[in-house]
Amino acid sequence: MLSPADILTIPFDDWVNTLVRDYLVPNFRPFFRALQVPVTTVLNAFDAFFQFIPMVVFTLVLAFIAWRVVGRGIAIFTLLALTFIDMIGLWTETMTTLSMIVTSVLFCTIIGVPIGILVAGSNKLWSVVRPILDIMQTIPSFVYLVPIVMLFGVGMVPGIIATIIFALPPIIRLTNLGIRNVRGDLIEAAEAFGSTRWQMLWEVQLPLALRTVMAGLNQTLMLSLSMVVIAALIGAGGLGLTVYTGLGRLDVGGATAGGVGIVLLAIILDRITQALGEQSGVRTPSLRQMLVSVFRPRGAVTGETNKTGN
Amino acid sequence: MEPKVKVRNLFKIFGDAPETALERLKQGQSKEQILEETGHVVGVQDASFDVGEGSIFVVMGLSGSGKSTLVRMLNGLIPPTSGEILIDGDDVANCSPERLRDIRRNKIAMVFQHFALFPHKTIAENTAYGLKIKGVSAAERREKALQSLDQVGLKAWADGYPSELSGGMQQRVGLARGLATNPQILLMDEPFGALDPLIRREMQEELLQLQRSLKKTIIFITHDLNEALILGDRIAIMKDGRFVQVGTAQEIVADPADDYVSAFVADIDRGRVFTAGHVANDAQAVQLSDDSQNALKAMEDLNRNALYVLDGERIVGVVTYQDLSTAIRENGKADGALADVLVSDYPVANRDAQLHELYGLASTGLPIAVTDKNGSLIGVVEPEAVFAQLSGDEQTQDSVRSDTPPAA
Repeated sequence: MLSPADILTIPFDDWVNTLVRDYLVPNFRPFFRALQVPVTTVLNAFDAFFQFIPMVVFTLVLAFIAWRVVGRGIAIFTLLALTFIDMIGLWTETMTTLSMIVTSVLFCTIIGVPIGILVAGSNKLWSVVRPILDIMQTIPSFVYLVPIVMLFGVGMVPGIIATIIFALPPIIRLTNLGIRNVRGDLIEAAEAFGSTRWQMLWEVQLPLALRTVMAGLNQTLMLSLSMVVIAALIGAGGLGLTVYTGLGRLDVGGATAGGVGIVLLAIILDRITQALGEQSGVRTPSLRQMLVSVFRPRGAVTGETNKTGN
Repeated sequence: MEPKVKVRNLFKIFGDAPETALERLKQGQSKEQILEETGHVVGVQDASFDVGEGSIFVVMGLSGSGKSTLVRMLNGLIPPTSGEILIDGDDVANCSPERLRDIRRNKIAMVFQHFALFPHKTIAENTAYGLKIKGVSAAERREKALQSLDQVGLKAWADGYPSELSGGMQQRVGLARGLATNPQILLMDEPFGALDPLIRREMQEELLQLQRSLKKTIIFITHDLNEALILGDRIAIMKDGRFVQVGTAQEIVADPADDYVSAFVADIDRGRVFTAGHVANDAQAVQLSDDSQNALKAMEDLNRNALYVLDGERIVGVVTYQDLSTAIRENGKADGALADVLVSDYPVANRDAQLHELYGLASTGLPIAVTDKNGSLIGVVEPEAVFAQLSGDEQTQDSVRSDTPPAA
């Protein structure tokens, strides 16, 4: 049987090797190293912060936020889950994982929201960005772990960079979607009153897209959590490392404990961010109002929801 | 006086290469032909009009006639393909983005068909949007927004949200938002189109009421000819992106330019378009002191059945030919016969009274006295003239003087 390979074989793997090893690594390594600096700084700050807060204080604060934002059930769940994590001896690892996730979500937001806004304004740009996002989401993360190690080295920060690559698409997609879905006549109205591009974005588009953007943030957060174990392969610490170590030693107990920690953390963060998104959806208030509502007396919050419910 | 808004030869063609389509259009190709051969959609073709300060210009057309495109070109939401739009002499079509923004902020406001209120802002914040964009301080914004809401009767709702309001109320907020920046020109894109008929009627009255004190220059878009006739000082009928006819309500109803306009006009309540002034004859009258025979002769000469009798400038009543001739026959040549047969309970109407208000008066059979605001006689409406005008019958109108020229 004739196969195309008889006529021509393409050394695709060699090409990639040449590109990465002989071109990117020797020429751009300092550049990629420099990229790490902001990530390292932010990560260290978060890690120091979360490790510094006493377990009891952190648990109470998070349970309080859960109570305000979601309700009593999730607040109690938060309390029990964090206590359980502490009791099985994984508090430090959990805080490391949390700081990694917060760092990655922060960078995803900083990078993703502006890109989402940009592509929402231009179909041409979107047609370029869209396939890139498709690739980022479908390519198995193991494939880019190797070049990341070559370019960034091993450790926490390369792990976070891999996480950012994996978790970035949803927030770009949903920011784009949210802004595009703002009703056309509202845009026209804003324009007819002489809004600048910036005023339009700030006064109309972003507040109205906020609910969708928050859904994107929630997705990004969940994807970040799912990368925790994979990031441990290239030297990231935290719960992922516990699972990975357990896997290596066939230590079922250790791996399960790490896994349970990840799941509990995921549930807490998911419920809180989802509720934030839904709350903003009722009347899509500004981000400031949303944050204020977290710290307002409980009665005021329910009063507001009652009023908005009719 | 220089018109507030002056539009000359305005074209809008949607597509990739509007210039080539514009050439074809100028060579006389039709809208359909251009769409078929080049895929370009002709939105507006060769629109020219003036809108005087403080007047309401209504553009009436069915959907797809290009009326919404036209109004959006006036504030630059849609850039025209060619032509001039001068607002106080500023060419909106060809000015810098900064200048255009300045015009939008200070001179032109817009009211939208589906209200286009911002759902995340309170009603006061919605009303104050134009002010916020201009950089007005929060306290002043609030004050002006409340003032503006007060004008439309919604001050009490200032801190509610648009979703709490009915359609009619939402559009009042839309209007308040438009008025808050105190613009000179108001563009209204089918503002009452989404409202039910009763509310629509109410809003039209309210707009006219507001306009009496505000005197804005309003360009109003509608698909409802009745609405156009009620509101418009001047009306343009649009079809396929082109103005078919421009004129006052009376001109359009009395003298439709083509079959298209006639078809619309056929269903119109003419009693609400024309006024007593339109069907009134000259104010021919006799003086109370006049000789009865002269009065009879005057009626014969004028071919009328009755004449008004004045005492100086004052109307004292009306005499009919029949009464007067009977009186003269019975009494011989009596002096003061005029005073004896005078009907002092005569029908009277204001010059601006609409014809539908005259139906009852016309049924008395006596001619209706048309008076100015001082009560002096300025014309006389024969009952037949009222119904002739309503029926739109040109033959019967021949005997009746009218402001509108006969059909060409």
